[in-house]
Amino acid sequence: MLAETTAFTIDGISARPVRVEVDVQRGLPNFQIVGLPDTAVREARERVRAALVNCGFEFPLKRITANLAPADLRKVGPGLDLALAAALLGAAGEIPADRLDGWAFAGELALDGTLRPVRGALAMAEAARAYGNTGIVVPPANGGEAALAHGVDVRTIAGAAELRQLSEGVFPGERPVPVDLSRGSSLPDMRDLRGQDHFRRALEISAAGGHGLLVIGPPGAGKSLGARRVASILPPLGADEALEVARIASVSGGGLSAISGVRPFRAPHHTVTPAGLVGGGTPPRPGEITLAHRGVLFLDEICEFRRSSLEALREPMETGEVNIVRAGGRQTLPCAFTLVAAANPCPCGRGEEDPACDCNPAAVRRYRAVLSGALADRIDINLAVRQPGAEAMSGPPGEASAEIRGRVIAARFTMEERYGSARTNATATAAEVAGFETDADAARLLSQAHSTGRMSGRAHDRTLRVARTIADLEDAARIGEDHMAAALQMRRREA
Amino acid sequence: MMAGAGVTAESACASCLRRSWLIARLSPNIEVSCDDRPGRRTPELLRLGDSELVEAVAPRQVDVILSENAELAEGWMRGVLADTGCWACCEHDERFPDGLGDGADAPRTLIGRGDGFPLAEITVNSAVTLVGSRRATGYGLEVARSLGREIAATGLTVVSGMALGIDGAAHRGALEGGRTVAVLACGPDRAYPVSHSRLYRQILERGLVISEVPPGTKPRRWGFPARNRIMAALSQMTVVVEAAHRSGSLITAEMAGDAGREVGAVPGQVTIGPAAGTNELIASGAALVRDARDVIDRVIGIGALPPAVSGPEIDQGLDSILDAVERGCDTVDAVADLLARDATEVAIGLARLEVLGYLDCSITGTYTRTAQPGCRRS
Repeated sequence: MLAETTAFTIDGISARPVRVEVDVQRGLPNFQIVGLPDTAVREARERVRAALVNCGFEFPLKRITANLAPADLRKVGPGLDLALAAALLGAAGEIPADRLDGWAFAGELALDGTLRPVRGALAMAEAARAYGNTGIVVPPANGGEAALAHGVDVRTIAGAAELRQLSEGVFPGERPVPVDLSRGSSLPDMRDLRGQDHFRRALEISAAGGHGLLVIGPPGAGKSLGARRVASILPPLGADEALEVARIASVSGGGLSAISGVRPFRAPHHTVTPAGLVGGGTPPRPGEITLAHRGVLFLDEICEFRRSSLEALREPMETGEVNIVRAGGRQTLPCAFTLVAAANPCPCGRGEEDPACDCNPAAVRRYRAVLSGALADRIDINLAVRQPGAEAMSGPPGEASAEIRGRVIAARFTMEERYGSARTNATATAAEVAGFETDADAARLLSQAHSTGRMSGRAHDRTLRVARTIADLEDAARIGEDHMAAALQMRRREA
Repeated sequence: MMAGAGVTAESACASCLRRSWLIARLSPNIEVSCDDRPGRRTPELLRLGDSELVEAVAPRQVDVILSENAELAEGWMRGVLADTGCWACCEHDERFPDGLGDGADAPRTLIGRGDGFPLAEITVNSAVTLVGSRRATGYGLEVARSLGREIAATGLTVVSGMALGIDGAAHRGALEGGRTVAVLACGPDRAYPVSHSRLYRQILERGLVISEVPPGTKPRRWGFPARNRIMAALSQMTVVVEAAHRSGSLITAEMAGDAGREVGAVPGQVTIGPAAGTNELIASGAALVRDARDVIDRVIGIGALPPAVSGPEIDQGLDSILDAVERGCDTVDAVADLLARDATEVAIGLARLEVLGYLDCSITGTYTRTAQPGCRRS
């Protein structure tokens, strides 16, 4: 007898439908899975067999063939277990096969028949709707994220045993409550960054305008401490953005805790490979830049990163998406993130001004090559920090994140009115920059700096974008002279 | 026939050219021979005549090396020079720099490249040598650049060694203002260090590059003190801009003193290492150099340079920020902490001071005071 149902396999950050057909015939007892399964899918045979027997079903001692269509799509991961089990029960006559029509199944089976969570449940639920399914059955742990998909009936079942209810005429499972994407989470607070008002201000401007920021200073100056707190002042995600981010978080695993309405903050270690950073592998999987989509990518010790990793960032940062082509397929993944980077002034960290620094000048040059490389073109804000004095350290805590975030949200609102949703000053095109309203004094200051300060044309536009953000934070319609001066101060200097 | 700097590959006699090729041939031997203290030993060796020199550094091959050298065809040597775009000039030519004529250890031949101005115009009375350490502070680089620019602007020739740090800054400054000569430790056809390739090309275009060894010679350790003695001899005054204790630039200063030239040094903070050497020079009698005027007063004569112009006017608020940077605060927050002022206000002030030319901001974002004279307030 033949039964079929639908499951999904994850490809990049989207889910692709897989038709699961199971045929049970007389013959020597055998269980075959065909249709380009990977090892995890092939091993589903053993999990399905044990799970069904332990749930009290009769496992047919017949010749069982499971086919996964389309046959040329590589199926990965254990998420097909539940669909295989359901189709097998249908084919064996344990449950009515026609009850499976229009339903999709996702879940990994434990040997006792209970369901374990899968990666990408949200993408699967959305795909279930897109491909015209009535509903999808997911493991309880994935219920919250899957329920974020609208227009599809999402059910959770605890284990394979609940499939028996199908023969009693009811479709099993509970309807889960969607995750609240507007909930905050407790992030480290800007209050901990004492003194260093300029650094705080630079972080605020970066968060508001989406400007790339590079902070340089000796170890212990609070570079990482500050940069890690930028997450707490980022504006909340819009509804569409939140879903987009949740989809990526869901596919990359990390459980329900990874799925929230908070903008992602990713801080890969400097040993990361180019594939780990921009995505790769066969089949292609998202890298850190995609996981940082709509959030912040923090590169601590940026001068220690491999040249090849940093070079790989260039084009994705320009376009906001990355094209990964591998033998296993081709993926276009989103990666609109804000770059925040920290660096020591020289390999030993002390800086040349410090008499104790004994770095070789050639080594310092090599170390700093990153700072003037192509990536540096994406950095709008550059600042130096020093260890704050004892007074500042023992002084009152700084302004809390909540207050700063309020100003950032207001500024972002102004920007969205200017350019449309989800855009910031950092993404302003040359034509948009040329349209910024600027006071005569401010324009004069900029052209003065341009003529004396070895500034490139790109630096000129970058300065205007930052000046626009500073003006937006003060709710000023025009860029004034002080806004321009503050932006000029923060610009990256050429070597 | 390649021409440049008013001289050609023909401006040196064959025997003087052979001497250059002999030194290049012996380069590895000289390296070994000078291993422990190249600073003193190199000039002593190079003072020797051909056969004594070979005797001193390669005693077992004297005959072979000397006969090989004697057999070098004149046409071949000139061909090498022409192929690499170099020219040569020896002491028997009237265009040979007069500074090299009066020292016993000076080279007999100069091999050079570039066509910025005639070689004959490098005279002791019109040249100033600027040297300093490769590991320089922002202050040192700023002073070197400004000295280079202003000295060159008065029509003098700035001589330096194209090394990283102070030398490079001095050349860059000089290129902005006028003439410069780079003296290399390797053949004049090589840009060493490689990271100064761009600077090398600029000097070729608008200045001169000279050396005592033929094209293709690799730089070796002994070549640097040898190069220093040429720099010291070429000019009337050698100024050490920044040098730590036991720096190679101090050797140049010593050589200049020995050759009867003037020595000057730019003072630095007494508490830091990078200026220990220059401060010591001043303590032992070198002229104190604060700006180009101090150099020009000695080289051309007092009053040759018009009085310093005052910088653009700034208000009290900017002045206190400038003062804080002069006191060593190099970041916005450091200045704001010292003055107990709002950081944004300080940042705006720093930006204005930078535009006005009072401050320079490095690639790492730290501020240093430029050499621009302060504003005189009534």
